[in-house]
Amino acid sequence: MASTIRVRATSSGDTTEVQALIQHPMDSGFVKDAKGDTIPPHFIQELTFEYDGKSVFVADWGAGVSKDPYVKFSFKGGKKGDDLKISWVDNKGATDTTTAKIQ
Amino acid sequence: MTISDNGFSTARRLILKGAGAVALIGLGNIPFGFASAFAAANDKYPEEAFKAKSDADAIKSLYGKTAEPSDKVKLDAPEIAENGTVVPISVSTTLADVTSISFLVSENPNALAASYKIPAGTLPSVANRLKMAKTSNVIAIVEAGGKLYSATKEVKVTVGGCGG
Repeated sequence: MASTIRVRATSSGDTTEVQALIQHPMDSGFVKDAKGDTIPPHFIQELTFEYDGKSVFVADWGAGVSKDPYVKFSFKGGKKGDDLKISWVDNKGATDTTTAKIQ
Repeated sequence: MTISDNGFSTARRLILKGAGAVALIGLGNIPFGFASAFAAANDKYPEEAFKAKSDADAIKSLYGKTAEPSDKVKLDAPEIAENGTVVPISVSTTLADVTSISFLVSENPNALAASYKIPAGTLPSVANRLKMAKTSNVIAIVEAGGKLYSATKEVKVTVGGCGG
């Protein structure tokens, strides 16, 4: 099954910039569907990025984050060819994880 | 009941051994690893802060202190967001020892939208996309050196149409 996580990590000098785009409805629980029923909340709660076995970034998200969430950040370190591990868990307990190579 | 040489009932020993074994198996059934990992994840996820309605309550729940406005926190948000479901907002700061960055949208049903943990070695700069229910203040909070700093910007949200 294809991962929901698309990530681009590029290393330049001593810094690695990470952009991640994740497929997820991020339903807030405030929106009603065509029938008038409220669509229950369904959103990523925690998104983690690990490099060299250490956490380099943790996102705690609420329903106020847009659908198919995007995030960008940078960290010191990271070399071309190294692995960056990304995982998320949502409010229903579903998870996904992927490993990307730093370019 | 048979009585062995040292006077201890063999049958009793067997029963006790069996009971011990069952007890140990029972312990093995407790999903310690899963339970503690789940608890740890929930400890880190600030559930109460995300349930808070006002930005003041959310900040108090998340950090336990109040923020002072600082021009060292650069909040980038559009003047007018044509689409309230996807508003690109980013923040960066020149403050040192940043440990956390959070984003709040005052007029949203739950003000706290996102909170980021910034470990040592990660730059204090985050770009994300948030939902805005209507025209509202967007507040960026930066926790640096144990203190809280903020920057606020009003973002107008147009309802339908193409901007204006």
